[in-house]
Amino acid sequence: MKNICELTAHEICEAYSNKELKVTDVVKAFYEKIKVDDEKIKGYITLCEEEALTQAEEIQSRYDAGEEMGALAGVPIAIKDNMCTRGVKTTCASRMLENFIPPYDATVIKKLKEAGAIILGKVNMDEFAMGGSTENSAFFKTHNPVNLNKVPGGSSGGSAAVVAGNLAPISLGSDTGGSIREPASFCGIVGLKPTYGLVSRYGLVAFASSLDQIGPMTKDVTDAAILLNTISGHDEMDSTSAKLDKKDYTKALVNDVKGLKIGLPKEFFAEGVNVEVKEKVLAAAKKFEELGASIEECSLPATEYCLPAYYIIACAEASSNLGRFDGIRYGYRTEKYENIQDIFKNSRSEGFGEEVKRRIILGTYVLSSGYYDAYYKKAQKVRTIVKQNFDKVFEKYDLLLTPTAPTTAFDIGSKINNPLEMYMSDILTVPVNVSGVPAISIPCGNDSEGMPVGLQLIAKHFDEETLLRAAYTYEQNKEVQ
Amino acid sequence: MISKEEIKHIAELSMLNLSEEEIQKYTVNMQDIVEFANKVNSLDTDGVTESAFALDTFNVFRKDEVRESFDRDELLKNAPSSNGEAYSLPSMMN
Amino acid sequence: MEYEVIIGLEVHAELSTKTKIYCGCSTEFGGNPNTHCCPVCTGMPGALPVLNEKVVEYAVRAGLATNCDIARESKQDRKNYYYPDTPRAYQISQYDLPLCEHGHVNINVGESSKTIGITRIHIEDDAGKLVHDGYTGGTLVDLNRAGVPLIEIVSEPDMRSAEEAVAYVEKLKGILEYIGVSDCKMQEGSLRADVNLSIRPVGQEKFGTRTETKNLNSFRSIARCIEFEISRQKEVLEAGGVILQETRRWDDEAGEGYAMRAKEEANDYRYFPEPDLMPIRLSEEYIQNIKDTLPELPESRRARYINEIGLPEYDAGIITSSKHLSDFFEAATVVCGNAKAVSNWIMTDIIRIAKEKGVEYNELPFTAENLAKLIMLIDKGTISSAIAKKVFEEMVETGENPEKIVEAKGLVQISDEGAIKEVVDRIIAANPQSIADYKAGKDRALGFLVGQCMKEMKGKGNPQILNKLILEHLNK
Repeated sequence: MKNICELTAHEICEAYSNKELKVTDVVKAFYEKIKVDDEKIKGYITLCEEEALTQAEEIQSRYDAGEEMGALAGVPIAIKDNMCTRGVKTTCASRMLENFIPPYDATVIKKLKEAGAIILGKVNMDEFAMGGSTENSAFFKTHNPVNLNKVPGGSSGGSAAVVAGNLAPISLGSDTGGSIREPASFCGIVGLKPTYGLVSRYGLVAFASSLDQIGPMTKDVTDAAILLNTISGHDEMDSTSAKLDKKDYTKALVNDVKGLKIGLPKEFFAEGVNVEVKEKVLAAAKKFEELGASIEECSLPATEYCLPAYYIIACAEASSNLGRFDGIRYGYRTEKYENIQDIFKNSRSEGFGEEVKRRIILGTYVLSSGYYDAYYKKAQKVRTIVKQNFDKVFEKYDLLLTPTAPTTAFDIGSKINNPLEMYMSDILTVPVNVSGVPAISIPCGNDSEGMPVGLQLIAKHFDEETLLRAAYTYEQNKEVQ
Repeated sequence: MISKEEIKHIAELSMLNLSEEEIQKYTVNMQDIVEFANKVNSLDTDGVTESAFALDTFNVFRKDEVRESFDRDELLKNAPSSNGEAYSLPSMMN
Repeated sequence: MEYEVIIGLEVHAELSTKTKIYCGCSTEFGGNPNTHCCPVCTGMPGALPVLNEKVVEYAVRAGLATNCDIARESKQDRKNYYYPDTPRAYQISQYDLPLCEHGHVNINVGESSKTIGITRIHIEDDAGKLVHDGYTGGTLVDLNRAGVPLIEIVSEPDMRSAEEAVAYVEKLKGILEYIGVSDCKMQEGSLRADVNLSIRPVGQEKFGTRTETKNLNSFRSIARCIEFEISRQKEVLEAGGVILQETRRWDDEAGEGYAMRAKEEANDYRYFPEPDLMPIRLSEEYIQNIKDTLPELPESRRARYINEIGLPEYDAGIITSSKHLSDFFEAATVVCGNAKAVSNWIMTDIIRIAKEKGVEYNELPFTAENLAKLIMLIDKGTISSAIAKKVFEEMVETGENPEKIVEAKGLVQISDEGAIKEVVDRIIAANPQSIADYKAGKDRALGFLVGQCMKEMKGKGNPQILNKLILEHLNK
């Protein structure tokens, strides 16, 4: 048997049912490993050891009593630090919220608790989810467990690193422009961004409301399906949450892609995509073909407009969403003030980091008088066209297959001084958020430096099943490669 | 081309105090970023309607039913300053 | 120089829903600070709004009652600004697609009537309240009102005087009360107005520069503020100055308006579609349903009172200007069947009492049913009008049923001719001089005799019978 910390969630559950493992032992094992390895990886901002151990004992006694257990009963999980956890600090990796203790649980947290999951702690991220490397955390940088000199990706870099580094079997991330998929790709794990509206955003500290979506980050596709089962579903507290019947995504875990029509959008393989990345992804496409799927080149002509449109929309919404951090009701308050204007300005200027301020400024600019039509309104029209592009290709294809990111994980510090270059790493992931469709990133080999390459599969709205089925099939067969 | 003056105005709207150095830096950044953002203007969007949402749903309502409010202490707990009943501030008259 | 005054109003009315616009917290007035609050209305990170369906229904009702077109497709937008009473640093309002547009109401000023255009009605959330902290000299923020639903009713610049502006707000208040969407309690701030005002030389086509005075919460302050602003603008122009487009506040105690500091001034609100709320789409069926359930409006009640009941126009206008008063009128009339008597009581005593007590007509110390009973006691001859006034004063004090008051105080009118005749005989016998005076043509003597009899009977004698019997005697 594998080391406890290397197990997937479904393996842990199986071991509980077979009485091979005790919940307390599993939880203790993770904290022991965290104490040693997180010195190097630096994934966790806050640990909830005491509560986790109490909860572990309670769940173990329920297992012992033979009770009916939730799907994730006793499974440890790490939570990105932008999801509200009642009584546990939720910092968004920002000085602004360094001491913020929410009085309520996000809907996903409520659902996880009901399913019996045990929260190990809150993990690092780019401040307010703005960034692609987790270097924008106000507290510390997280390191890629595969190579500690590399970034883990971002903004859900902590969520990816702790799973890849065996400091948690599963985690939750959030994805506004690729923030689940890019770090999953960089760390060699599975990351799923569900369809916009499938998972409630209630309690997720908003970056860009029309784009944000919470999703699973796991070691394998099966865990992604199990975790998605737990967190998805309509929530009356979120007006943008879809009213759909609950599905069992584990039923989609079928090892078969025969007859599946897969499109390769040529814009996603254009210049700027690293040659090794392209090779690995095309090899994966070949594998799908061998497994009985059909592969064909297709086109999403508006792709090149997605990234600028994305930055306009995301920053505009962010500039408004982050207005509430004004030093009055919660969060950081400056010590330098004489009047209310000082409280507003100094608290915000001292509490927000550089990238957050940059995006607030961009967002304010594109919404300001005289520029609204040229930027925000135009970007909303681009969104319509992008959606139409996707609708059109999905008339013909069941799935799209692309690289997740144009490169593998880069060196810490190598892009931090060039924001625009950093934005470019989102180029293959943002079209998915702009159109709201679901996508998954799964590992498809390593580059010559040994860094993981991520394969992105994209499906139509609410067709997570096809996504999971294809990803599962590839995962089951790739060793043969 | 974005000027330093514009950055100062935008910072004012954003309720941010920027140092001279920061203004300089953000001005340069913003020139690059806005130039990049301008790319959207090269796409023909004549007759295209705007999408504020990825999905086309509408009429999401709540019934007019009272839910218990939160415990005040819970809400005020995170306030940098309060008198136990309300959030407190320096005088608004200053 | 002669000037023409141009006035447009933005009236904010709090809707009388049970819960706030975007969360389930109670809208009840009062309550200890920050006790009607939750993560949503305090703008906690991560909290999201969900629109109260009643807010849409009430706004549509208001739109239909003011002859507006109802938007089939509407949305909510964020209006971004920083102020400590605005917990998210944006108000959720409606920018380019309001729920209602292009309406109007008719107002009556003196003899003439006039149509005032309504540009739009939209929904939005109210802000919290800032209170001075007596201990520290600082400011306290109470968010109980934050998130209470409002409609903003924007008029066309159709008013030309303070009188017209007041008549317009009175009219709106009446309509909103009638359709049951707002309490319109001005003293609690649930109805307040912003006044946009400019003046221009008579004959000039171009509008003058306008100023906006915010948050007026009584008819008196609206009127005074308008008068003040008219003379201020005249003075400025006549001194060769220019009117600045500015936002102003009204200090009711000082009786003066003043310009707000530049920092408080409206800046660039950066409106954009609220991404946390889905658009609103209203079907024909939905709108028709609301139309069908709209209650009778003041204008139609007024016409009915004049044409069917035969009330004087003036009385009908006064009674129907308040839904509560008009409801009171109808409730009393149903019971006693004497509409004119009810109307007379309202016009003389009830309006006076409400004013004296400072209460709304639905907060009077006695019920409409009890007034009706009082009227019936008069009509049946059980008590006289004079006694009725005394009984009424008692009702005002105690709220007691008039029948009980009459009984308890022994005020039942004596209509028994035999009993009255006894008294009349006695009084006439004791006052031969008066009889002589009467016969000599001094009519006043009759009054004296009636008075003497009434005094003897402690005011309870039926005056008609009394009169008749005395006259019979005198004319013998």
